[in-house]
Amino acid sequence: MKMIWVLALKELRDGLRNRWVAAAIILLGTLAFALSLMGSAPTGSVRVSALDITVINLASLSVYLIPLIALMLSFDALVGEFERGTMLLLLTYPVTRWQVIMGKFLGHLFILFVAIFAGYGGALLFMIFMAGGSTEGWQAYVMMMSSSLILGAVFIALGYLVSVLVKERATAIGSAIGLWLIFVVLYDLILFGALLLDKEQIIGQKLFSILMLVSPTDSYRILNLSMFEGVSQSAGLAGIASQAGMSGTLLLSVMLLWVIVPLATTLFVFHRREL
Amino acid sequence: MVETQNKDNNIISLQSVSKQYGNETVLQNVNFNVQAGECIVLVGHNGAGKTTLMKLMLGLTRPSSGTVKVLKGDPVLSTAVEQRLSLGYLPESVAFYDAMTGREVLTFYADLKGASQRECNDLLELVGLSDAAMRKVGTYSKGMRQRLGLAQAMLGDPQLLFLDEPTTGLDPLLRQHFYELIDNLHKDGTTSIISSHALNEVEARASRFVIMKAGIIVACGTLDELYHQVALPTRIKLSVKPGQAAAVAERLGSSVNIALVNNESLSLSCLKEEKMSLIRHISSLGEVVHDLHIMPPRLDEVYSYFMSGEAS
Repeated sequence: MKMIWVLALKELRDGLRNRWVAAAIILLGTLAFALSLMGSAPTGSVRVSALDITVINLASLSVYLIPLIALMLSFDALVGEFERGTMLLLLTYPVTRWQVIMGKFLGHLFILFVAIFAGYGGALLFMIFMAGGSTEGWQAYVMMMSSSLILGAVFIALGYLVSVLVKERATAIGSAIGLWLIFVVLYDLILFGALLLDKEQIIGQKLFSILMLVSPTDSYRILNLSMFEGVSQSAGLAGIASQAGMSGTLLLSVMLLWVIVPLATTLFVFHRREL
Repeated sequence: MVETQNKDNNIISLQSVSKQYGNETVLQNVNFNVQAGECIVLVGHNGAGKTTLMKLMLGLTRPSSGTVKVLKGDPVLSTAVEQRLSLGYLPESVAFYDAMTGREVLTFYADLKGASQRECNDLLELVGLSDAAMRKVGTYSKGMRQRLGLAQAMLGDPQLLFLDEPTTGLDPLLRQHFYELIDNLHKDGTTSIISSHALNEVEARASRFVIMKAGIIVACGTLDELYHQVALPTRIKLSVKPGQAAAVAERLGSSVNIALVNNESLSLSCLKEEKMSLIRHISSLGEVVHDLHIMPPRLDEVYSYFMSGEAS
């Protein structure tokens, strides 16, 4: 355990040193702050909490941003060390390969944790202050922050998988961007396109639910936009998830599976790798 | 102390080890044992398999066939992780995390090896990097990186040191300093495996040499054993009274290989076994011989002998 801690701390220090942490906090904080100002505009006559609106807006943006940040943190993690030659020396130290992966993972996850909870959390406190201390709808907001971290974990794990499979850093950057495009943009685009073209309704509701569920980004969206009543009503998605038989636990499990499977595969490939 | 070929004394043992990368055979049927306290020097061309041999002993890669035992067991297994506490490794052209300072790098490795901060400071002092410790490693020269590499290899008082081309990039003064460090470690009983191209530097230090060529160990032994094996001649230079060179050559007879350099000096060559009788013969010549200078065969001659393919 001590080894994992040493390795994780190194990643965290790297993140602090190269201003990754600062940049991510500023980016997420500014975004949450701007959206919270927008979110508080339509309230007043309508009975909607400003926090609920912000959750919808932030979740819709996070689904693009968090995977990008996570992939940028992680794509270099293994291939970079192979290419520079630092991995060779590291593995002659008393660390096992799974400790190397877990140490990096925890370090990167902690960077993301700090960025999300400082950036989004700061905006949360600001909104509570602006609402005169009203904390209505905070559960949905905290859920959004926590699930953003899990979404980040998914893409850190996917980034490692890319990092262990490719031979060069340049390929890793390209693959990471490709991965982002597929998971965040193309998958949904193709899915909705297919739905539009599907005049005979071959894709039934059941199949469609499953296709949404298997994508970690869609799971994240459904989780945040439909689990809390206030949010789902504002988002116009009331009851959709429960209709399709998706519970919060199921959605979270899918996302966690998207963390575990890529990590385990990375470890498997790394173990067989010869230096 | 009696040195015996006691098997239990081997801290490294390789048995019929071969290694292929794809179709390319990098090591072929390598057998070799190292006893505690030895200083083994690996010599051979680039690509002869020295680095691969080290990687096998470090558990970074698996042999295609054969067995590797280092300290207590197979270095590849996860059970060998504990053993790595007593290993030190300086890779060829060592790479570090460039954005970290020298001290940060060393502290990171020390934490992994359970070494103290004080040890880090001592090692930085020892390799002469105290003043540069707060600078980023990215700004270091080749020699400074090499010294930092040596410092990290020495963390935690390793029993077994692997040094791959340790003196490349070091200036002559640093080389000398470096070998002093190695000598000191040696006195404390550290076993070291060094690969080097600088034959004249390692000649005096190695307890044994391993000469490699295209993945095969072509020769292995002490310097004396190697000389004996290759039967390279010892050369003797004689200074004689002016004008007496030809006469001396005649008196020494035709049993030795004689070359006249000029009328007051000659160059003789003979095998090791004939050396003493030849010297006795020379001293019996009396006053006519002023001086004699004995030059045993050098390691680089032994080396080029094996490399030129004359070895069977």
